[in-house]
Amino acid sequence: MPKREDIKTILIIGSGPIVIGQACEFDYSGTQACRALKEEGYRVVLVNSNPATIMTDPDLVDATYIEPMTAESLEAVIKREKPNAVLPTMGGQTALNLALELHDSGVLERYGVEMIGANVTAIRKAEDRELFRQAMNRLNIRMPRSSIAKSLADAERIAGDVGLPTIIRPSFTLGGTGGGVANTMEELRDIVRLALAASPIHEILVEESALGWKEYELEVMRDCKDNVVIICSIENLDPMGLHTGDSITVAPAQTLTDREYQHLRDLSIEVIREIGVDTGGSNIQFAVNPKNGDVIIIEMNPRVSRSSALASKATGFPIAKIAAKLAVGYTLDELPNDITRKTPASFEPSIDYVVTKIPRFTFEKFPQSDNHLSTQMKSVGEVMAIGRVFKESLQKALRSMETGLTGLNGFQGGDAPLAHDEEWLMDKVARATPERLRYLAEAMRQGWPDERLHELSAIDPWFLGQIRDLVEEERRIEGKKLEELDAAELKHWKGWGFSDARLAQLMGVREHQVSARRYELGVRPVFKKVDTCAAEFEASTPYFYSTYEEENESQSSTRKKALILGSGPNRIGQGIEFDYCCVHASLALREEGWESIMVNCNPETVSTDYDISDRLYFEPITFEDVMEIIRLEKPDGVIIQLGGQTPLKLAKSLERAGVPVLGTPYDSIDRTEDRERFAALVDKLGLNQPANAMATSLEQAREKAARLGYPVMVRPSYVLGGRAMVVVESEDQLEGFFNEAVKASPEHPVLIDKFLKGAIELDVDVLADGSQALVAGMMEHIELAGVHSGDSACSLPPFSLPEDILEEVGRQAIALALETRVVGLMNAQFAVQEKKVYLIEVNPRASRTVPFVSKAVGTPLAKEATRLMIGHPLDPGRINTKPLVPYAVKETVFPFAKFPGSDLTLGPEMKSTGEVMGRGASFHEAFLKSQIAASNGLRGVGGVFMGVIDEDKSAMVPLARSLIGLGYSILATPGTRRALLQNGLQDVTEVSLNPGHENNLYRLMAAESVALVINTTLPHKRTIDPGHFRRLVLTYGIAYCTTIQAARALVQALEAMGRERKFTYSSLKGYAGEGAGQEEVQAVRVAPDGEQLI
Amino acid sequence: MPRHKYLRRHGLMEGLLVLSNGRIFKGRLRGARQEAAGEVIFNTSLTGYQEILTDPSYAGQIVTMTYPHIGNYGSNNEDPESRKLFVGGFIVKELSRVTSNWRSTESLEDYLVRNDITVLEGLDTRALVIALRDEGSLPGLIAPAEGADLEALRSKAAQLPRMEGRNLAQDVSIDKAYLWDKGGKNGSRSGGETSARGLFKVVAYDFGIKHNILRSLVDKGAQVEVVPFDTSAREVLDRNPDGVFLSNGPGDPEPVSQAIESVRELLGKVPLFGICLGHQILGLALGGKSYKLKFGHHGANHPVKDLATGKIEITSQNHGFALREESLPAGVRVTHRSLNDNTVEGMESLEHPAFSVQYHPEAAPGPHDSQYLFDRFVKMMEAHRAQKD
Repeated sequence: MPKREDIKTILIIGSGPIVIGQACEFDYSGTQACRALKEEGYRVVLVNSNPATIMTDPDLVDATYIEPMTAESLEAVIKREKPNAVLPTMGGQTALNLALELHDSGVLERYGVEMIGANVTAIRKAEDRELFRQAMNRLNIRMPRSSIAKSLADAERIAGDVGLPTIIRPSFTLGGTGGGVANTMEELRDIVRLALAASPIHEILVEESALGWKEYELEVMRDCKDNVVIICSIENLDPMGLHTGDSITVAPAQTLTDREYQHLRDLSIEVIREIGVDTGGSNIQFAVNPKNGDVIIIEMNPRVSRSSALASKATGFPIAKIAAKLAVGYTLDELPNDITRKTPASFEPSIDYVVTKIPRFTFEKFPQSDNHLSTQMKSVGEVMAIGRVFKESLQKALRSMETGLTGLNGFQGGDAPLAHDEEWLMDKVARATPERLRYLAEAMRQGWPDERLHELSAIDPWFLGQIRDLVEEERRIEGKKLEELDAAELKHWKGWGFSDARLAQLMGVREHQVSARRYELGVRPVFKKVDTCAAEFEASTPYFYSTYEEENESQSSTRKKALILGSGPNRIGQGIEFDYCCVHASLALREEGWESIMVNCNPETVSTDYDISDRLYFEPITFEDVMEIIRLEKPDGVIIQLGGQTPLKLAKSLERAGVPVLGTPYDSIDRTEDRERFAALVDKLGLNQPANAMATSLEQAREKAARLGYPVMVRPSYVLGGRAMVVVESEDQLEGFFNEAVKASPEHPVLIDKFLKGAIELDVDVLADGSQALVAGMMEHIELAGVHSGDSACSLPPFSLPEDILEEVGRQAIALALETRVVGLMNAQFAVQEKKVYLIEVNPRASRTVPFVSKAVGTPLAKEATRLMIGHPLDPGRINTKPLVPYAVKETVFPFAKFPGSDLTLGPEMKSTGEVMGRGASFHEAFLKSQIAASNGLRGVGGVFMGVIDEDKSAMVPLARSLIGLGYSILATPGTRRALLQNGLQDVTEVSLNPGHENNLYRLMAAESVALVINTTLPHKRTIDPGHFRRLVLTYGIAYCTTIQAARALVQALEAMGRERKFTYSSLKGYAGEGAGQEEVQAVRVAPDGEQLI
Repeated sequence: MPRHKYLRRHGLMEGLLVLSNGRIFKGRLRGARQEAAGEVIFNTSLTGYQEILTDPSYAGQIVTMTYPHIGNYGSNNEDPESRKLFVGGFIVKELSRVTSNWRSTESLEDYLVRNDITVLEGLDTRALVIALRDEGSLPGLIAPAEGADLEALRSKAAQLPRMEGRNLAQDVSIDKAYLWDKGGKNGSRSGGETSARGLFKVVAYDFGIKHNILRSLVDKGAQVEVVPFDTSAREVLDRNPDGVFLSNGPGDPEPVSQAIESVRELLGKVPLFGICLGHQILGLALGGKSYKLKFGHHGANHPVKDLATGKIEITSQNHGFALREESLPAGVRVTHRSLNDNTVEGMESLEHPAFSVQYHPEAAPGPHDSQYLFDRFVKMMEAHRAQKD
């Protein structure tokens, strides 16, 4: 069937900020969908609050709205843009839920918007546990025994029926938020309470556990003619019991016979038909009893998902792109397979390699939370690796993680099994944690047989056998001497994925010695194509992975070319922002006629889409792996400044290997990273730095901190995202934090800075070509110094600092860029204390603010930076730096809800996973929108709870006054209340955490009587139990502020926007200026020089 | 000591694959570790190696599996598709050391050793597949590397017979007719064996028939009598069948002239349903011509379009020959087409109750999308019976 002509404009709903369970895979899918629909000639309108996405690039679709993901703003967009259809299957759970909301409230009907890609009935049947169960009953497909509970009493009764352990799943939440596995009735009660609160409809599923069964996923696609194909099967190495997002997974399925696989295939087809997903992709999860093959269905996602992104990268089949085209009426056979070009998309990919995905965790950021994995997803990113055999893909994945692993490394010190008894190791093997795989290897090294390991872990014997092969091979390698090695043996090890670094560790030599010997013996990798068809047809898309075999399929060209090093797995501190930059580098290179070559190992990203770059290498970003690509491709240069810390870490080695680095030279990086050289640089330019010192021992730290004067900032050097960085108030706190810092970066001294209390921070992004520089964007942080810049909200342009200060900051930033001969991007952070400007940090690379600035000013900075790197001079005429809207505010989102026991206060260590952008005619509008977009907008009117530390008390007075004026009532702790009353306020209700108190805060929160919590606390009081009221703020979804600055900004915004909160919603290209009515908006274009063209 | 145990203790043994064009691939010998010869082809199925090994259509062929890990789930007594293993040799990237599946009764290597199948392992199978894709399927031989005279092996490989003109159906067929009454086809949801209800009597020509075809026919209510490839039309008609089934099988259809002749006689007298070689034989009987494909279709992911409904089926395929579309006479309509290369995947006679598909609706291994074809055969038999009455 040809595409539908009755549809002209299609609205795509994005997934909003990056959170655990919903990350940049939806930028990947959404971007594909946008491009696919544009390609078909549709007018595409997009709403996504996340500026750090490729999909929100202004040129991708016709109208891009970076606006809050709420029914309200979507309705405004629908009203304005009049789409004929909405495609809700590309933006994860967020988009599906919003689409349902718009349907239920009648908005879609009112504006005549048709839902395509999935219909309301199908979404409900798949998402509502009870409807899904009924559907499966009709198909006679077994599900775990379970029932819906709407109360704790229900849950206890059901658990009595199905037996413990029991799985609790809240309805309509993403990433299993609020769910868990209960082994005892006590645990059940705790989990049920949280789960009921986490579900937007206060409903949970209490379910029989299939712990220990094998878990499989099938990616299914269906078109409007009822053609169904399976794109990929995925087998979880970790058996049932933990969220599939947290499991190590392998594609294709390894341990199913054809009979069993076809059974799952048949079931998948029956399910997608019964649920009624008319067009598009779905992910269906099954559990298989390893003892007898019994199958139960776990769940189905009627949309593209994290797994579909993985399946796309694993097979080369672009699920989201095809899903988008099916949604507008095409059938699978009408669409070509992009990779082969000659065969149609109506087929099932066959692959001749093994794909392994390993999730990446950041438990170190949330030390109060234990690292056991369960049904609630906790990983923040993932890596994927391709190998011709499983062992190779596994070891490549391990070293892609950037957690210091070179393979199945053992443990040292207190983490090593030798330091503990047998029971300890049994627990490490039995219970899933991020380290389980390595503990399995450790147990094998101790001689534990596979049968025992299988009994403990329920991991399939086939996988255990693979790990054992590696462990045994390691033992053989340990006995070898470099000079004894022969080519065949070395090639065998390389074929099993042993990195040179790992071989060197095992043989007790240095990595470069192994590499040298390997070259001497002529053992070199070849590159194979990912082609969807196991080489049956010739592939035209150059998407490669390395392996150690005979035939190389990657023929390098003689074109001018650059290699872009990506940013590896997402983690806190390095996420989608850097992938955004890398993608722009690729686009810029292609526009300039250069060949772009991407290297990355993150399957969630746009950068690893096969048609973003001229050539794609899906490889670990280690020195060895990157050098092999460089030796083959011989690029004119390598771009390392856009992928965050990952490629920057390789800068020194690449420089030493004689690899030309494009843009800012390595020496400049060193000048900003080496402490002494940096101090000299600061001196030379006559800039101020907070007084600082270095310490290698606790004694030294004590002495130096005393000399600087408390409070001081303590931090390790060479770490990312403020890892182990803290403000230390007094000497008695120093020891603990100093030790933490040493642990985070043991080889480097600990840095101690005078802490600039009360200082306002600024982030500045600079573009420079080595001889000219300009400030592309300057952002003022909302939170004061002491909160990591990545966690702080910020405003572009600055909202409170005077012009002369801003000019001075700009001057300093430019001086830094010129002095360090920056070519490309540079980010500098400044603090302003009592009108004095201090330089905090300089990074001669793209920072995480680059996409935000790019969207705020309408200039793709990373693209411009890439032009500079390949030799174009800086042309200020090309670069608009005036904001497209008067104000853009970035706000961050946090994963606290996923980490029981973690506090939700902010500090120098970064904890946020994502960001949103609020755009407005005033700072207040932009700020309030950013809060709403970050799900921190106030729900209705009610009480505002205030409980603040002494130094913040006086600041509360005007806020309380404003809030009362807005119709809120004030609830306060006795201390804060006293301060408010003393300052002339009346009607402040005293509340208490004391259960006996008549105004118990917990009760008030549960009764939805609290609209906002303003709570500040001292840093050392931030270790709290899971039942603390700040945790419950998350549970109940109450808006909160943990800094006085955020509270002030919020209250002022509420006051400025009034009760009606009339927001202006505008697309990136068509901001409607102040005064423009919301109803009849004329597109007011902002010319590059900022002048309004009416 | 059983021979396979002895071999296993023997450690690694280097092996070679020598193609008729002189190209040599190095690997390790596993399984029976003997010299093996055949037409080297590749199969892209991710699962189902045991069904492939036991599919008589692979007689005379060395099968290269494109998926690198083979043997993970061992072997069992339920999945074989015929009485024995028919492949001439087996080429894999890695033969699994560990067997993991609740139905497994024997490791794949033990199974291969016991059935005298030689395996070449550890070579760059993707490079081999690309060679076969670019040059077409080639005869080749697997041989131990130790003491090998490469030139001698090359000339031996060059002299290996090609598939064209070989009547391999006669090699794999049976000597005596027998009754088949076991149903419960591989992959049915109900599982387990069922027995024939005997609603129809089907005579099935065995050119190398797969058990799942027989089980599928029984599941549809048929009682099946399997007959040798050279059974004459008269002998078939004497059995008074409701329908005649033409099975899959190895090699070139053209030399199976007795069968072509029999089918020509049966046309119009009894409903005919052909699969794979049976489809080609029907095509030749109807007056069409067959030809050899470059590297054939061997896999479980082949898209086929049903031209009547426009629907796509993902099919299991295994054939090196095909019917030439332009050779088909006027009374024949093409019903199914490959979406990969547009070749004829199904046809029907407009004059007689006869239809056939090039692919494998019985799957095993592969998707179950095309099982409706067995219903179509049943309908045809019902109609024929009604007409007769």
